[in-house]
Amino acid sequence: MINLTIDGIKLSVAEDTTILDAAEKIGIRIPTLCHHPDQAVKANCRVCVCEVEGEHLLQTACSTAVKEGMVIRTHTPRVIKTRKLILQLILGRHPQDCLNCIRNQNCELQALVEEYGIRDNLFPLKLKGLPEDRSTIAIVREPDKCIECRRCVEACSVIQTVNALCVEGRNHELSISPVMSKPLAETGCVLCGQCIHACPVGAISENEQIDEFLAAVADPDKIVVTQIAPAVREAIGEEVGMGTGDMPMDKFVAGLRRIGMDYVLHTNFTADLTIIEEGNELIQRLKENGTLPMMTSCSPGWINFIETFYPDLLSNLSTCKSPQQMFGALVKTYWAEKMDIDPSGIYSVSVMPCTAKKFEAARPEMNDSGFRDVDLVLTTREVGRLFRMFGIDFDKIEPGQFDPWMGKYTGAGVIFGATGGVAEAALRTVYEVVTGDPLDDVNFTAVRGFEDIKEVEVDLKGITVKVAVAHGLGNARKLMDQVQAGESPYHFIEIMACPGGCIGGGGQPITKSNVKRKERINAIYVEDEKCPIRKSHENPEITQIYEDFLKEPLGHKSHQLLHTSYKPTNKEIL
Amino acid sequence: MGVEMRIVLRNYNKIDNSKIDDYIDTGGYKALEKAYNLEPIELIEELEKSGLRGRGGAGFNTGRKLRFTHGASGEEKFILCNADEGEPGTYKDRVIIQGDPHAILEGMAICGYAVGAKKGIIYLRAEYPYVADILKTAILQAKEKGVLGDFQIEICMGAGAYVCGEETALIESIEGKRGEPRSKPPYPPVSGLWGKPTAVFNVETLANIPQIIEKGSAWFAGIGDPSYPGTKVMTLTGDLVNKTFIEVPTDTTIRDIIYKFGGGIADGKQLQAVQIGGNSGALISPEYLDTSIAFDAMQKIGATLGSGAVFVTDESRNLRDVVCRISQFFEHESCGKCTPCREGTMRIHDLMQKICTGDGTKADLDLLTDLGEMMEVSCFCGLGQAAPVPILSAVKHFNLLDEERG
Repeated sequence: MINLTIDGIKLSVAEDTTILDAAEKIGIRIPTLCHHPDQAVKANCRVCVCEVEGEHLLQTACSTAVKEGMVIRTHTPRVIKTRKLILQLILGRHPQDCLNCIRNQNCELQALVEEYGIRDNLFPLKLKGLPEDRSTIAIVREPDKCIECRRCVEACSVIQTVNALCVEGRNHELSISPVMSKPLAETGCVLCGQCIHACPVGAISENEQIDEFLAAVADPDKIVVTQIAPAVREAIGEEVGMGTGDMPMDKFVAGLRRIGMDYVLHTNFTADLTIIEEGNELIQRLKENGTLPMMTSCSPGWINFIETFYPDLLSNLSTCKSPQQMFGALVKTYWAEKMDIDPSGIYSVSVMPCTAKKFEAARPEMNDSGFRDVDLVLTTREVGRLFRMFGIDFDKIEPGQFDPWMGKYTGAGVIFGATGGVAEAALRTVYEVVTGDPLDDVNFTAVRGFEDIKEVEVDLKGITVKVAVAHGLGNARKLMDQVQAGESPYHFIEIMACPGGCIGGGGQPITKSNVKRKERINAIYVEDEKCPIRKSHENPEITQIYEDFLKEPLGHKSHQLLHTSYKPTNKEIL
Repeated sequence: MGVEMRIVLRNYNKIDNSKIDDYIDTGGYKALEKAYNLEPIELIEELEKSGLRGRGGAGFNTGRKLRFTHGASGEEKFILCNADEGEPGTYKDRVIIQGDPHAILEGMAICGYAVGAKKGIIYLRAEYPYVADILKTAILQAKEKGVLGDFQIEICMGAGAYVCGEETALIESIEGKRGEPRSKPPYPPVSGLWGKPTAVFNVETLANIPQIIEKGSAWFAGIGDPSYPGTKVMTLTGDLVNKTFIEVPTDTTIRDIIYKFGGGIADGKQLQAVQIGGNSGALISPEYLDTSIAFDAMQKIGATLGSGAVFVTDESRNLRDVVCRISQFFEHESCGKCTPCREGTMRIHDLMQKICTGDGTKADLDLLTDLGEMMEVSCFCGLGQAAPVPILSAVKHFNLLDEERG
């Protein structure tokens, strides 16, 4: 242990603790901008400087390890003056149009400027004049707002290993840019949106489509039908002042009706359906020597990644569409039939934790219903804004219920939102289908949690199935390299593009650290435990859809509506 | 005219730099042989005793740097020669290499033996392709003669960024990354090139080493100022009679450099200011001329020895223009990594431009001072910390505003 003094308070901390973390332990928060708890130390913004006795230079709290006997002062007049001046320098290059910024009131720079009582502009505003990048349907870049902290670059290159963003140029002309100054759409960007979470300001955000939604609601010829993805309920409360996982499902449903949804259904239903189709696909591949390991296909960021970086492995992907797209194809066929609604009038809106879903819904092949299957994707954040716009008090709102035919779900559908959830849900079904025996314990805890790569082996009485689970594309890359080298021992691999799975998706409430992601994962398993049915094949509406419409898993109708194919993006990757 | 003392320039214009035998005939590569007969740690102790300090600007004890690198665990280690020489008005490393390229190779090989490194890399300024030719010939001949044993040397060309003279930025550049400084610690002797223990030395430092080994640490320690012994190559530019380079003991005064070696101010004019150490040096007013150029003596007057560039301005120059041009240099050369340097260098240049038009106010000077003082203590690396030094010294010691100039 190291003994030191911070602002007159004596304390002992473990070796290698930074000044930043040591101060936090005694309740002193030192301001930061480039620091990110899940990333390497960058020490480039310099707002965390402190005085250390005996040192002529101020020391950055984020990068300086404590030493025995160190005497640190975190908020002296000199330190405060230095921080204010650095903030003034940043403000001198930052468009001060906070009122119409998507990150207004959720901006680290704005918060610091408020904390440090900055009341004037010391320097004339000099913007770079860089154009907005709206080249993708999912992500918008406003590089003039960028403060060059580089957190997005690290999220993209180190955590996701996509390398779509880089540092360009030098001195005050330095900018963070898609590689080779291309529009984002022409890079290897997979639209996972992790850069949005990394950004302390509003330089990167989702392509907001609230106006399109409101226009659809206003259109008397449109019947607005929504699906809610697993993982949204766990986080949506954070947008309206509740704790993680605290939004009750029935109030969430009522809120969605309040903002204009005519019918509220659940993507969890098609998550259960995915398990039936994908589980049977796995069994078929195991029995018929099909391409193994079979890989999950529900994460659109992951699909973009494999189509771009590992096109030779596309035959390993399950042909199942994602739950969003299965839902989209069914809502304008099966559901429309059941409800006796003209499918041409249905406007299908999905509520997703994901930015890449906006791209997936717009894929040209996603029109098997005869129409565009999913008309609009709203992220959790956009729905949060709508809830606030509509002034909904969730303490007082009367609870609501899902509409019939595609609103029932099991715990297996719920856990799709967490890394390992799809694998666990699949095992719950595959085990019972293959062995014919009931599972004693539905909890496959080995695939849960935040470890980079998780593994489990399951004895299906005759076949031992080896399963691996990876979340975050850097971890996915490790498993793919193994497959490419012919050294993968697995039969089934679950990949989620985002750290933690969908609960950490690019469309979720701005999430600065994995601590929040872990809280959301916990909320998922609490919800799973509460479900009366926890195996997809026991969902009565699933039984019904096969009886009435699909007939059998992997059958003709399924192939027509629920399965898809993939092709290489053929992007030039640097 | 003063009398120089030439150690690192002893062979300048005396031998043919394309002939290794010329170097050998003057006793070259004897020091390396002598070093091989010592234990590495004895060699390091000898260099420590000599008091040799880095000639690139930071003035760190060379022997101690070797000791750290020697003590660092790792099978692979590197000796890097910093020949990036980007400081305006400085060309001493070029002259040293042109005069005596093998002295650098020998110095690197001695350091390699001391720390257990088998590989050396010379990081050479992009604007010096003709110097690269000289070094390539020297390396080839040394290899053919086998004088370097199993120590290998190669050249890595810079790409023109001033910041790459900062040792960790230099290392990043060799690794093929953006030329930007790294967080320290870890320092290069612990984790440098490719994460391996690495000692980075300036050209002039390395050129001294064979002489110290040959003639002994006591000989060297007795030359010049005891706190910074030896000689220093100075490059004289600006309004001097003799615009030249000299090598003088480190107890030589600024006055002697300007008036004895530099021949005084040209055209019979008066001295206004002298800037020593390159663009990041303080602007020194005539009252401090009797200070010796030794590292610590310069620090006492708020100046630096730096690279040894001596830039003299006579009374006819408008100092505002000089300072403005200096601030433009730093605005251009900031790597952009840290906020205070990236934005601060730009704002300082903006303010200097305003002052140059005659519209400057006392408030502008106060803001310059605030910015400069903030940058000195909060920038990521030496570039940003030193960039405001000339500006702060100009604000403090000279009149930059119109009405005060009269």
